[in-house]
Amino acid sequence: MKRFRGFLIKEFIHIFRDVRTMMILFLIPIAQILIFGYVIKNEIHDANVAVLDLSKDNITKEISGRIDAAPDFVVSDYLNNYSDIKEYFSSGKGAEVIVFEPNFAENFYGQDNARVQLILDASDPNLSNLINNYTSAIIQTYIADQTMSNSPNAIITTEPRMWFNEGLKSSYMFVPGTMTLILMLITAMMTSISIVREKEIGTMEILLVSPLKPLQIILGKVTPYILLSIINAISIILLGNLIFHVPIIGSTILLLGVSILFIIMALMLGVFISSVTKTQQIAMFISMFALMLPTILLSGFIFPIENMPKVLQWLSYIVPAKYYLIAIKNIMLKGVGVAFIWKEILVLMGMTFFFLILSVKKFKLYI
Amino acid sequence: MRVIYYILQKEFKQIFRNRIMLPIIFVIPFVQTIVFVYAATLELKNADISIMDYDKSSLSKRLISDFEASPFFEVSKIVPNNNAVSDLLLKDKAKAVILIPQGFEKDVLSLDGAAIQININAIDGQSAGLINVYIQQIVNSLAIKYLSSDINVQINTIPANAEIRSRFWYNPGLNFKYYILPGILVILVTMMGTFLTALNLVREKEMGTIEQINVTPIKKWQFITGKLLPFWIIGIIVMGFGLLIGRLLYNMPFEGSISLFFLATAIYLILAIGLGLLVSDYANTQQQVMFLLFFFFLVFVLMSGIFTSEESMPDWAQAVNRINPIYYFMKIIRAILLKGAELKNILTEMISMTVYSILVMVFAVWKYRKTH
Repeated sequence: MKRFRGFLIKEFIHIFRDVRTMMILFLIPIAQILIFGYVIKNEIHDANVAVLDLSKDNITKEISGRIDAAPDFVVSDYLNNYSDIKEYFSSGKGAEVIVFEPNFAENFYGQDNARVQLILDASDPNLSNLINNYTSAIIQTYIADQTMSNSPNAIITTEPRMWFNEGLKSSYMFVPGTMTLILMLITAMMTSISIVREKEIGTMEILLVSPLKPLQIILGKVTPYILLSIINAISIILLGNLIFHVPIIGSTILLLGVSILFIIMALMLGVFISSVTKTQQIAMFISMFALMLPTILLSGFIFPIENMPKVLQWLSYIVPAKYYLIAIKNIMLKGVGVAFIWKEILVLMGMTFFFLILSVKKFKLYI
Repeated sequence: MRVIYYILQKEFKQIFRNRIMLPIIFVIPFVQTIVFVYAATLELKNADISIMDYDKSSLSKRLISDFEASPFFEVSKIVPNNNAVSDLLLKDKAKAVILIPQGFEKDVLSLDGAAIQININAIDGQSAGLINVYIQQIVNSLAIKYLSSDINVQINTIPANAEIRSRFWYNPGLNFKYYILPGILVILVTMMGTFLTALNLVREKEMGTIEQINVTPIKKWQFITGKLLPFWIIGIIVMGFGLLIGRLLYNMPFEGSISLFFLATAIYLILAIGLGLLVSDYANTQQQVMFLLFFFFLVFVLMSGIFTSEESMPDWAQAVNRINPIYYFMKIIRAILLKGAELKNILTEMISMTVYSILVMVFAVWKYRKTH
């Protein structure tokens, strides 16, 4: 035990004396949260749109006014010709031009259809799709209102209630998502690199001939990283809560418990990677390339899994980050307890043991 | 000249004899590109919704069949029970639960107006917004159809009619692949350039082999050229390869000129490799390199507009992007590939990128010390 303590202290010193790396490890989550919070916004708010009104009647003015008044849009430019559209898009001022065709009001109540064209700069397809949907909805509501204007009340209305996230804030997605990404990548990467480093430089041989047992070596290697990752997790939760008002409705202890489980899982994955690689470069590239994209894309962090092709949905079942993300979203945002997330917890535990057994086996082989 | 040739030979040998590293560099990114391009979609399809029909009238049935006909929703009818709403949402059994109130048809017929309650799981705010919009579209169109056609309604409505047509320029199929593929190419090239260069140089430091080179009569510029040139060449090949895959597999548009594309790539690689050299000047271990680069890489990639266009970012972020190397290249590559931009359309970005490359490369070489 005393030997192990000595080894542990050595590991801590090793890690904490490299101030540069240390700072970066703590800066990564903060920078990422801030970027997601302030820079990357898939939600539209006050998006600039232009109007090309070839009719200039009361109805087109009313519709334009409604679009301008909506919180999603600002009518920033009025164009005069079709040929202005290309210029407008190239200048990058906005991504949509609403074109009212001539005689709009006349056709609106007449036999012909009144035509409104939405022309979008679709070089960013997701954004243009969103803008298109929201504008269409505003115009359709207007049409419905006009049709029903003679009746005392609007005939059918909808009362939407947004559960768990009334303000439709994107922070509810990216704070848990970033936490998942950071814990997964940094933990797996740090562990695998630091173990392989000993192999590459040759000091692993020295450790192996020491009276320390293989399990003790692994434990000594990963313990400092558990601590680091817990600090990272807490700082992300605090940032999310204080700056972006992401609540923790459920039990904080459960949240921490699940997070520690996930961290241990990622550590074991890191140990496993280190047991199958020989150089730091390979360990790094595996833990970065092979983990980063699946963790971002197949966990439900940014893109909803239900919308993906079936094959990818099946693939997502082996992505550990998916289970952790479901669990922490449930705890933080829905406030539910173990009864709702026991499946996810079980899967994470299973994965932890899987990697533990695999790497202990590999590790022994190495000796 | 012969010295450089020998160093080049050594470097290429070292890169290509590494049987594990090569597939990792070339295969993993491409396999991932091919697979994950399909994952990056925000399109809403077959969202699970539950409908509780308290009314069970012909109108409510008509509404339900309208929902069933919609490609956006997968409808399940649930026995009305108010307590079930929160249960369905808590257990993620439905994205949205719609309640059609009792007396729905009667209230519509008597023109008192009826309200449909929609409960949406809004943790993913963006999807929730879309679901709400699609539900409203269906409800609105039912209302319009009903009032304009149904003779039962004995009031004097003037049906308004307008047709909304959407046209999507530059990417008519709204294919997100076309947006994300150039972005992935940029990431690949950056990885090749910056990461490999820095790791390779620091590895020599860490292993101590740099000392052996330092005592040889090889000059600093020869050594640096020999070290960097292979990655520059590999980077260009990777870019060509990625482009080919994008063309063959996804029919990715290539509107602009090939020579402009590769000119931009060649210039950007100087910048990327220069940054790698710069990092290696300061870092002592590969671990340091990795985390240092990982940090800046994440920040730069996310800010460069890989997922969302730069225009939708706040002003200060756009200002920060002036020093973001990836930003320039991302913009140039997308403009060439998707919009068919010519040199004059992207002149500012090209000049900025060129100046940036020269500055970084000169500074990094100047900082590089052959001896300690």
